[in-house]
Amino acid sequence: MLEFRPDDEQQMLKTAVHRFAEEKVRKVFREAEEIGKIPADVTAAGWEIGLLPTGLPEQYGGFGEYSALTNALAVEEFAWGDFAITLDIMRPNLLAVPLMLDGSDAQKEQYLPLFCDEKAPHVTAAMTEPVIQFDPRQLNTTATKENDNYVLNGHKTMVPAADTAELFLIYANENGQTQAFFVPANTPGMNVDKRAKFMGINALPTYEISFENCQIPAANRLGGEAGCNIDRILTHSRIALGAAAVGLMRAGYEYALEYAKQRVQFGRPIAQNQSIAFMLAEMAIDIDEARLMVWEAAWKLDRGEDVAYDATIMKFHIDDMVVKVADQALQTLGGYGYIREYPVELWLRNARGLAHMDGMLIA
Amino acid sequence: MAQMAAQHVMRPISRKYDEAEHERPVEFFDVMWPVIKDQYKKRFSTNGNGSAPKNGSTPKEGLNWSLLRLILQIEALSWGDAGIYLCTPNPGLGGAAVDAVGTPEQKARFLGRFGEGDMKWGAMAITEPGAGSDNSSMRTTAVLDEETNEWILNGEKIFITNGKLSLEESNGFCVVWATIDPNAGRAGIKSFVVDAHTPGVSIAKQEHKLGIRASDTVALHFDNARVPYENLLGSADVVQKTSKGFKGAMKTFDASRPAVAASAVGIARAALEFTKETLAKEGIKIDPTKPKHKLTAMERDLMAMEAKWKGAWLLTLRATSQLVHGTGNRLEASMCKARAGEAVTWITQKSVDLLGPLGYSRDTLAEKWMRDAKINDIYEGTKQINLLIVARAILGYSRKELQ
Repeated sequence: MLEFRPDDEQQMLKTAVHRFAEEKVRKVFREAEEIGKIPADVTAAGWEIGLLPTGLPEQYGGFGEYSALTNALAVEEFAWGDFAITLDIMRPNLLAVPLMLDGSDAQKEQYLPLFCDEKAPHVTAAMTEPVIQFDPRQLNTTATKENDNYVLNGHKTMVPAADTAELFLIYANENGQTQAFFVPANTPGMNVDKRAKFMGINALPTYEISFENCQIPAANRLGGEAGCNIDRILTHSRIALGAAAVGLMRAGYEYALEYAKQRVQFGRPIAQNQSIAFMLAEMAIDIDEARLMVWEAAWKLDRGEDVAYDATIMKFHIDDMVVKVADQALQTLGGYGYIREYPVELWLRNARGLAHMDGMLIA
Repeated sequence: MAQMAAQHVMRPISRKYDEAEHERPVEFFDVMWPVIKDQYKKRFSTNGNGSAPKNGSTPKEGLNWSLLRLILQIEALSWGDAGIYLCTPNPGLGGAAVDAVGTPEQKARFLGRFGEGDMKWGAMAITEPGAGSDNSSMRTTAVLDEETNEWILNGEKIFITNGKLSLEESNGFCVVWATIDPNAGRAGIKSFVVDAHTPGVSIAKQEHKLGIRASDTVALHFDNARVPYENLLGSADVVQKTSKGFKGAMKTFDASRPAVAASAVGIARAALEFTKETLAKEGIKIDPTKPKHKLTAMERDLMAMEAKWKGAWLLTLRATSQLVHGTGNRLEASMCKARAGEAVTWITQKSVDLLGPLGYSRDTLAEKWMRDAKINDIYEGTKQINLLIVARAILGYSRKELQ
């Protein structure tokens, strides 16, 4: 880390994920967005790279080498391929990482082995709510304890693969604190409503779900009696989203750079104009700056430091940056940037979503 | 050590030497000179030929940690006072040029003196009234007098940091860039070490500046100034009309740009800390658990200041790490310089903004930091020049292809 570059093992992983992103993801991502569906074999192949099991404890079948930094490196490459597909490939993490961080021993024993299988388990999580002023620490969805049960009420949106998931992790407000609850599919009182539609990430099927007096056993609360540490979960999420933003920015930047060198106007490539060249230079610096900030937060997290502060500052900074860089990439292409035949407009749409995806991606 | 000096020596005299432009911060000199002198004494006693200590303190690993130490020092001293830091009695940029292209004999002759005697300064003169960023169009000439084997320098140089301290107020030196063939462009440009008190060299003007007022900035006039033949920096083949000499100048930027970025980051940290401390007393502070929509404009500005400071510092440390490891850093040096200059400019302006009339007042240092900060967006290549370098590198373009 002192050398500000990945070590050999990390570099091998990065290379493998990049190859996957290039050879598999980039072949399908545009059509996936248009038809609103990710080919199952692509998500499966992404899972087979084995990022999640590598980090899970050995006693549950993993390799016990969790590293937020290593994950950030992989997420950047996945997201360079496509952001929506990244969210799908990383979907099992939405349960596994909070479980690993905060789960009780019984919960870990019950669920963690699921994630060390050859096939990804059908799981998902719901944090986001359909409101203007969303605050993951002050949710509108409530969890009320009644005897040996919890009763859930409220609305969620942006829940990936809710139609096929077999197990959900639902974040809800219990006495002013955010807690998380395991809810199996088809639990009475939990309804999978309409498919949610967003500006971007349309390849990923996301749903609205609602709870009407949905009863679950008290033992389903993540962490049992102790509950969960939402700040830490959000920190992990923000680092992963930051890494994804870097991948997204890089996709746009690389495309714009190549385009600017090819596109000839007034008898020379437009990249030979300072107005274009400087925009590309600023984009390159933004990307490196963002990446270093992600790495630093992840590195500190791996050393056991509390990085809620760093991760928040970093994420807010990158939220602005990713939109700016995606916009500049589009601007470089001019009119073509606005046309859906080119990928750049999709990157701008996806980039705009990153500020609203706390809990949608965890690594 | 640097942070201590910054806090206890520099801060108390910071305002004084900002107001008393052109006076010398002797309190600082007295603290720094023994340290610098000791460093050079050690370097030239263990390494008599004066070659740069490539392997620093850990020769086994082949890594030059002294460069990282230097960058951390610059950051800390600039936190104290960027103007005063610039007049640290040392070889400065002139020393960097000697280290980059000088022969062992030249290093001993010009840098060895910093390990003995009274305090000294080194300086470097590149810029001319008509040759700023485009320094290859410089007009200062060096003509060889074959009878006496001396170079005769004629011309004007401007914006020379520590020019007066090095040439008039101590037995230092100034590295002067001049052309031995005005028609040869870059190939004709060479560097010459001009010793203090050389006849024909005069201080034409001491500049009055927006900030870093404690720093000595002068214009030099060369009127048939004679320099010994062996003061031409580099080995004999440098005299050949190749651009090797000029490239040497550019090479010094690989280290000096991260240094400027570190200085910028130090000022940014000063402004950020002061702003945070002052606002905290009013109950305004960064709460990482607040969602964006609950943050006040002030809190968001504070967070942005912190993020930009952090980003600039990480880019600077990366370019430094590459120097330490001896891997190329031309691109990354320009990246950190461009970004840090811009960041510190914004951060210090924001600080004055957030602190209101108190920030604008000369009773605090916020307004001074804003004035000091701006130079980092300009010297060692303006932000635009550094963007040009970044752009050429990422596009794979030559100077001709992207002008």
